[in-house]
Amino acid sequence: MSDSNKTTQETATIRRDKKDRATEAPACGKDSIQPDRRSFLAGAAAFLGLISVSSCSWQEFVQNHFQRMTKTEIEETVERLRAEYKGKYGKDFVVGTEAPIDGTLFGYALDIQRCIGCRRCVYACVDENNQTRNPQMQYIRVLRFKDGNMDLEESSIYYDPEEVPEKGYYYMPVQCQHCANAPCTKVCPVRATWTEPDGIVVVDYNWCIGCRYCMAACPYMGRWFNFADPVIPADQVNTQTHYLGNRPRMRNVVEKCTFCIQRVRVGKYPMCVEVCPVGARKFGNLLDPDSEISRIISTKRVFRLKEELNTQPKFYYFFA
Amino acid sequence: MARSGFFISAGKRLVTGPPLYYLWVLLLLVLAGIGVSAYAVQLKTGLIVTGMTSYVSWGFYIGNFTFLVGVAAAAVLLIIPAYLYDFGPIRDIVIVGEALAVSALSMCLMFVTADLGRPDRVWHLIPGLGILNLPQSLLGWDIVVLNGYLFLNLFIPGYILYNAYRNRQVNMRFIWPFILLSIPWAVSIHTVTAFIYNGLAARPFWNASILAPRFLASAFCSGPALVIILYQIVRHYTKFHVKDEALHKIAEFISIAMAVNLFLLFAEFFKELYSNTHHLSPLKYLYLGLHGKGNLIPWIWTAFAFNVVAFVIFLIPATRKNFATLNLGCVLIIIGIWIEKGMGLIIPGFIPAPLGEVWEYMPTTLEVLIAIGIWAIGLLILTLILKIIIPIETGEFTAAGTVANSELRHGQIAA
Repeated sequence: MSDSNKTTQETATIRRDKKDRATEAPACGKDSIQPDRRSFLAGAAAFLGLISVSSCSWQEFVQNHFQRMTKTEIEETVERLRAEYKGKYGKDFVVGTEAPIDGTLFGYALDIQRCIGCRRCVYACVDENNQTRNPQMQYIRVLRFKDGNMDLEESSIYYDPEEVPEKGYYYMPVQCQHCANAPCTKVCPVRATWTEPDGIVVVDYNWCIGCRYCMAACPYMGRWFNFADPVIPADQVNTQTHYLGNRPRMRNVVEKCTFCIQRVRVGKYPMCVEVCPVGARKFGNLLDPDSEISRIISTKRVFRLKEELNTQPKFYYFFA
Repeated sequence: MARSGFFISAGKRLVTGPPLYYLWVLLLLVLAGIGVSAYAVQLKTGLIVTGMTSYVSWGFYIGNFTFLVGVAAAAVLLIIPAYLYDFGPIRDIVIVGEALAVSALSMCLMFVTADLGRPDRVWHLIPGLGILNLPQSLLGWDIVVLNGYLFLNLFIPGYILYNAYRNRQVNMRFIWPFILLSIPWAVSIHTVTAFIYNGLAARPFWNASILAPRFLASAFCSGPALVIILYQIVRHYTKFHVKDEALHKIAEFISIAMAVNLFLLFAEFFKELYSNTHHLSPLKYLYLGLHGKGNLIPWIWTAFAFNVVAFVIFLIPATRKNFATLNLGCVLIIIGIWIEKGMGLIIPGFIPAPLGEVWEYMPTTLEVLIAIGIWAIGLLILTLILKIIIPIETGEFTAAGTVANSELRHGQIAA
């Protein structure tokens, strides 16, 4: 038994850097307990404390689905979350609940011809969307292809040259494709993930039961799971958040790209669009015939990834 | 009064037994305790203590779950000859098969719970209180059919045995519809479980129509193989009588099911190898390795060899009817199908990942300990159920406390 305990500790240590453990804020002050030999042996006792360990507060435990909450309930929840985040990061957070804007359906286009594979979008996204730094998580994967094919199995995300772009290669960033016919939302047993009227596929982190069926259903690696308590250094955390977007998450729930819902619903571009140094990323309203995105779709030759699966992504690739 | 009398005397029966019984229960309790402790660590730390990643997001737990759904579904192979064809030797023993189904189902539910990131939120699945995403989510359907099947397998034998205990006639007009319902229901639990994987276009390894039929075929191998071994243990340690004839009949079923299973495997191989598209990659990973990675290769070839050898054993009447070879065949099948339907089915579904990456998976020690704990709890449930129902079946345990009226059993039920 002690042997198995050792293995557990080792596993935990290998995956989480020891240094970062010190900076790691507990998910919910009173209940955060690191596994140790004693608690392992006193497992039966710990089991009785299942509810107190795995949920932070009574209010969080009974919290309703976002779409089923009344206005007052949402306000109370937001206040509770702000207090929780304040305690954890020592900062005042904005937890927005902006509704979709009428007459908008967001779409995205990415110019493969221009992308240089610099991964600035990847890191800007991590910062903007409060993804966990340890363990690491990135919504955007930049695939590198050898010239002459577009075979996903031959692509690689692990390239590390002195300079990009490299001769003989081209790049294709992939993130959640915000499918009109999303296989991920369909499979969720509790409807914790759904498509908003403006086309954004969102997750209610407080409703997700962590079954990971949506991850199995996604053909684009668009969904990521918090296998441990997310760790974001307090000085790097983004306090401008949205309830369905980049607010800090908890362990054992799924999260994903939301087109930066906290930005696009107040008229800004997603962070990856803003940060792209070559202007390869385009974003806008598909319902507006004069928007940049609509013009790209009507004037350029566009394609969508894995179109044969009929997922109907609202994420287009093109060659300008 | 009478009811509390039943529970008191049943309780007494649970705590009395030969030394070997105590030893067995103690062993299971220790293993269960280790499993529960390991689970406490997983709860507190998160699923990072498992080998799962965002690439391979299901693993050992879901593999065991899938195997055990098959075991539970296989009770139907006993119910059909017992109740529909009134095949005496099996009719007399069907109740043990139903007990096995109950314990397999409880293990299924435990494995799914162990896999769940937020078990504190399971109430989200309760319709009304939470939201059960029907009819869209196959996982939602699976919860419905698994719990329904658990109810049927508790209710039918429970009703029959309670009447036997009270020395009452069984009202066949009342129970018959439930028995009939349990047959398609058994098929449904395995079909729906297959559809969980089958419906995902993102995973070509699972997205083949052959999956559900293969699920059923392999379930009808592994479940009955477990049943054959279980019956021999039961008849060795209790007064419960199991005729050889019944076991040989079940062995015959297995040989047919294994033939179908191997044929379907061959069909799958042919389609993937001959068309040679990218859909071949997961199969290639499983059997030969991909990009130099192949953790599952030794496992899957073991499963393949075991299944083929077992098939031969069950095919030849001489080896099928010899208990030494029969038991060997059963063990080979159980292990073979456990690999094939467990890790061998779940892991290659995720490899290569949708964007082509090959990210391997192996369960951690903690994951294995939790799984062992769940198996121990399941076996404990089975042991305790059998401890109560077998004496009722044999007439040793009745309300009157006499053996005199013990004739009221399945013999009269099927009348």
